[in-house]
Amino acid sequence: MTTTPTPERSGAEIGVEKLLRMYRQMTAIRLFEERANDLYLRALMPGLTHLYEGEEAVAVGICEALRPDDYVTSTHRGHGHCLAKGAVPNLMFAELLGKEAGYCRGKGGSMHIADPATGNLGANAIVGGSTGIATGAAFASKRLGNGRVCICFFGEGALGQGVLYEVMNIASLWKLPVIYVCENNMYNEYTHYSETTAGDILARPAAFGIPAESVDGQDVRGVHLTAKAFVERARQGKGPGFLLCNTYRYRGHHVGDIKRDYYRTKEEEQQWMEQRDPIRRLANWMIEQGLTDRAALDRIDAELKTQMDAAVEFAINAPYPTPDEVEQDVYA
Amino acid sequence: MPETETQVRELTLGEAVREAIAEEMRRDPRVVLMGEDVAEAGTAFKVLTGMVEEFGKDRIIDTPISEPGFTGIGVGAAMTGLRPVVDIMFGDFMTLIMDQIVNQAAKVHYMSGGKWKVPMVLRTTMGGGRRSAAQHSQSLHAWPSHVPGLKVVLPSTPYDAKGLMKTAIRDDNPVIIFEDKMMYRLKGPVPVEEYTIPFGVADVKRVGRDITIVATSSMVQVALGAAKLLDEAGISAEVIDPRTTWPLDEKTLIESVKKTSRAIVVDEGYHRYGVTAEIASVMAEGAFYNLDKPIKRMGAMHVPIPFSPPLEDATIPTERSVFEMAKELCS
Repeated sequence: MTTTPTPERSGAEIGVEKLLRMYRQMTAIRLFEERANDLYLRALMPGLTHLYEGEEAVAVGICEALRPDDYVTSTHRGHGHCLAKGAVPNLMFAELLGKEAGYCRGKGGSMHIADPATGNLGANAIVGGSTGIATGAAFASKRLGNGRVCICFFGEGALGQGVLYEVMNIASLWKLPVIYVCENNMYNEYTHYSETTAGDILARPAAFGIPAESVDGQDVRGVHLTAKAFVERARQGKGPGFLLCNTYRYRGHHVGDIKRDYYRTKEEEQQWMEQRDPIRRLANWMIEQGLTDRAALDRIDAELKTQMDAAVEFAINAPYPTPDEVEQDVYA
Repeated sequence: MPETETQVRELTLGEAVREAIAEEMRRDPRVVLMGEDVAEAGTAFKVLTGMVEEFGKDRIIDTPISEPGFTGIGVGAAMTGLRPVVDIMFGDFMTLIMDQIVNQAAKVHYMSGGKWKVPMVLRTTMGGGRRSAAQHSQSLHAWPSHVPGLKVVLPSTPYDAKGLMKTAIRDDNPVIIFEDKMMYRLKGPVPVEEYTIPFGVADVKRVGRDITIVATSSMVQVALGAAKLLDEAGISAEVIDPRTTWPLDEKTLIESVKKTSRAIVVDEGYHRYGVTAEIASVMAEGAFYNLDKPIKRMGAMHVPIPFSPPLEDATIPTERSVFEMAKELCS
């Protein structure tokens, strides 16, 4: 993988309203994650969490191509997917803090946020663990004829899991409306993916006859336009797709992974943040094109900061579930 | 046909399973069945013969040999509007699907704060005696019984097999049904009229006074055979089949041993850390002061199931061994 910026795809056809919405969503995810990290540092958050900063363009570009009733499955690094699919920050923060008001009544936490109302089948703490669920949702959509598509997000670490290939084979055979989105942030936890991943990644879906494309995951317009084509194709009954998004994880594997020099350099991190940041890239491009100006974007940023701070306050002040809830919802 | 009388015919256990699934598929278009060789082949055990002709290949679905893949697909489909029956040919292949069952299906409802449900049935087989050696003979039902969020069903008669399967398909939780593959040809009475059997309700297969024999699945026939031998020896045995290892009908088990003050638990799973240990413990805690003797447990020996017939036969409890154990307890 190269860290040289790839030429940006033309995004004029996306439309200014959508572009601004994508800017807003990416910024919201960035601000959310900054606050999640802060909650960890202030010892207000139980456990650990895996932050999505740097990868925002992937979730946002793809979810912008979906209908509200389409499905997503997410990963242990899932806050971005959940927010991009429509989750609201106050209920997200409440879940991160284990509060009753959270999306899962505090029973799931950061790695298990799920929400039927936004088509979120759930984040999953088993690497590759949701690939079956995603393909099953696509199978149900096809059988029920409801036209829904499912996005299966996973990191490049999941390329090592056999179940992914089992379901890709079945999805191709049965022409299921599922799009496998591989977020290659280059590190399987603390190991560079080149040490774990043989051959050409795109040759893997190709072996199943699944159309596959690689995109610059830091270019939200490119991600969005490519995803849109895959989603339309799937919705028309033409079967699955595979989208490889080359991206970068700004922070460690989790919030506690702060000493990273044994697996990657500060220079590498710096280069991605300064030269390829997806939010700054979209902002600069829109300003250059005369679609917006800095002041307008600053207003969005300020509004989101206020909203996120209020969401954090909401979560901090929200009550914990009472212990008598522990046995509720084991069985439906 | 008389309208008031309940019509009863003899069906095999395999036919009862097929009839249950077919009835539910006619009743509910959301029910689909998937697995290896389930369509034209009607499964390796021919239990589902004729289903694909009635319901078509869209609902009786042959899959690749990818147990984790299609079980995961079952979980996702169950969450999003279908009621899949997933067919896992041999219970030994539980090893392959444990993540889908234990980390996914069992936990989705709880982890989502009760928002998502997984109304899925996973039917598979258990039991030795078929000379199939160590990887096709195990009875691994203790594994899912250990995991919160799952229900585990072990039918021992055609009547139970039908009623429990229908309940399983209508249940909103993941349910795992283990069918003893040596019992598919066992015949028994099954009413024509529709019925279901609730989970967590044990069935007293034989009433007795002197000793309680709790038996599951394949071991129910063994226990009934032993009870007959005991009768001849002047010992009256009560045989109880819990039918579901979870939920477990603790009350019926405890009441029975309170009455008889002696008990044996027989199950074809491995003896060590097995279903028998849990059931014996429940009974001991609930009826400690009524017990005349320690509760005995009988399960498969702690060895991989061997191929050679005399070796395999030595690993599983028999009518004779249960009889001997009961006689000793009652002496």
